[in-house]
Amino acid sequence: MATKAQSSIAVPAVNPKSRSRVSLLTVVSLALVALWLIIAAFPFFWTFWGSFKVQSDFFSKTDWQNAIYGVNTIQQTGSAFTLDGYRGAWVEEEFWRNVINSGIVVFFTVVISLTFGTLGGYALARSGRRYAFWLLMAALVFRAMPHITLVSGYLLPFFEWNIWGILPTTIIVLVAINQPFTLWMLHSFFLNIPKDMDESAMVDGCTRFQAFRHVIIPVMWPGVITTGLFSFLLAYNDFAVTAMLLSSENETIIPAINSFLGTTQVEGKVMYAVAAVVSATAPLFVLILFFQRQIVSGLTAGAVKG
Amino acid sequence: MKHRTFFWFILPTLSAMILFIALPIVSVFIQSLFVEHEQVLVVSESCGPFGCSPTTTVDVAATEKLRQEQPLGQFNGLGTYINRSHLAFAEVGEAWRTTETFRAFWKQVSNLPFYRALIFTLTYTAVVTPVVIALGLAIAVGVNNLPRMLKGPSIFISLLPFLVTPLVGSLILFWMVDSDGVIGATIQRVFNDPSLSLKASTTLTWTMLIVYGIWHTLPFSFITFYAGLQTVPEDTMEAAMIDGASKWQRMIHVIVPHLSPLMAFVTLMLLMDNFRVFEPIVSFKAEAHATSLSWIIYNDLRESGNPLYGSAGATSMMTIIGVVILLTPVLIRTWRDFSRKAH
Repeated sequence: MATKAQSSIAVPAVNPKSRSRVSLLTVVSLALVALWLIIAAFPFFWTFWGSFKVQSDFFSKTDWQNAIYGVNTIQQTGSAFTLDGYRGAWVEEEFWRNVINSGIVVFFTVVISLTFGTLGGYALARSGRRYAFWLLMAALVFRAMPHITLVSGYLLPFFEWNIWGILPTTIIVLVAINQPFTLWMLHSFFLNIPKDMDESAMVDGCTRFQAFRHVIIPVMWPGVITTGLFSFLLAYNDFAVTAMLLSSENETIIPAINSFLGTTQVEGKVMYAVAAVVSATAPLFVLILFFQRQIVSGLTAGAVKG
Repeated sequence: MKHRTFFWFILPTLSAMILFIALPIVSVFIQSLFVEHEQVLVVSESCGPFGCSPTTTVDVAATEKLRQEQPLGQFNGLGTYINRSHLAFAEVGEAWRTTETFRAFWKQVSNLPFYRALIFTLTYTAVVTPVVIALGLAIAVGVNNLPRMLKGPSIFISLLPFLVTPLVGSLILFWMVDSDGVIGATIQRVFNDPSLSLKASTTLTWTMLIVYGIWHTLPFSFITFYAGLQTVPEDTMEAAMIDGASKWQRMIHVIVPHLSPLMAFVTLMLLMDNFRVFEPIVSFKAEAHATSLSWIIYNDLRESGNPLYGSAGATSMMTIIGVVILLTPVLIRTWRDFSRKAH
């Protein structure tokens, strides 16, 4: 009571002072946002711009402005922009093979993950039993495990059975590693679809699977697309699994960039790796451009449930 | 849902997880109990004009045959866990006896490969997580105050460092801080010291890795908090304003408590992801100054020609135990919530 009275009395006196503090706080927070946006965007912009230069410009000891104006690039190639890095990466180092491999791996991983995940996530959301809870807990622990710990368990058996190094093995491993996350996410999406919908269908004589097929599948696409985006990211961004489980001719983009680094450290070839890095980031850029809303909602979907 | 229907729905995902997550853990455990075969040595007498002497040669064929027959190697029990490259009981005990001060003891222990990796992994996790949460909240509040027009683009830009492939993202930063890169060269010029290189010092390498970690994970906490800010109840905010709470007071007493369940979620996610820090060490080629648990497993497996499955297995098992310890509070809390709901 006393504090309330105090504060209501204090309001007029404090107001001008607090207003000036408010504006200071606002200025500081806006400055922080501006600083963050620069820090977030600058590295990408810099590398993108620099990928069209020669190495002595991008890694310029004499003057960092060389990377902007391309002084050495003009000297060496006659123009301020050169596609040498890209030509080297895509043609000489046959980066397109890795792109095709990545395409295959990512496509099948996403499709299979979503098929398994929708069925499982639906079952978990509709079953309130104790074992469903334990499955979710186990999935949470599996989700937290560093992927490389699992890889050390795969190598020996895969060598023994002679299935090491090929794309199907990697796809099924990525699907499995993806499952815990997919299950959690789709589970919380299905919880948001009212139970009454499929249950009334079952009252009308549908089996559980028919109810799922005719009632749930038509309304589940927003959740499935969001989950699919994250499955895509996991498969596309993976390094630990693809680097250890694929032979060099089956390598996907990310391990290929890493092996580029080993072989192209010599003068003039680092730009191949820079070009490859920019090429590998481009699809992600497009993805964010088109699916920003879904990605943001997916990031927070797990949080809704707490 | 009937047990039988549940079973058929869950079967594909469950079998994938059992075959490729649960069984590999068992396989890792079994591997960790074995060590690689020693080479088969043959001692033969070679007699020359000056008498006979025993010579030892490696029987390549027999070694190969042994490896073929028992690919796991020979049984070693828990030997791998306590050897020099893992828990190193003998070395730690030795260091404890021979060193005078705690500082000297710590120095010796932190040079052992497993402890070195563990110390870096824990430091990285312990620094990146709170910094990311605090900064994420600050930026979320800042973006929330922006005019509507600017909100979308700033979220778009923020998503880039988070969604970029970790290996690629760290390479991009690495090229910039390289002694010839834009930041590295500028730092050399500012301090007027051409030998100053971010790669040459342990402190700077750690700083660089941690800065990368913050850059990479900050968007996640920022966006989650930003979404949470949209749900702060208007009434409470107005009531606080009428009571004369300043902006700062409203932040501490209204917004932060409202976001606290979200904070628990973000902390959990960040702990899990930071604990497996791996790619930046590969990209930054930082292994001379900083290694993580994931990295030493990778390094054991990559040992050309002769991967150290036993050693990798032992480190993996200890990492998994670490993850479970990290998650225990969450698991207990979720279990309590579930039982409360069930009854």
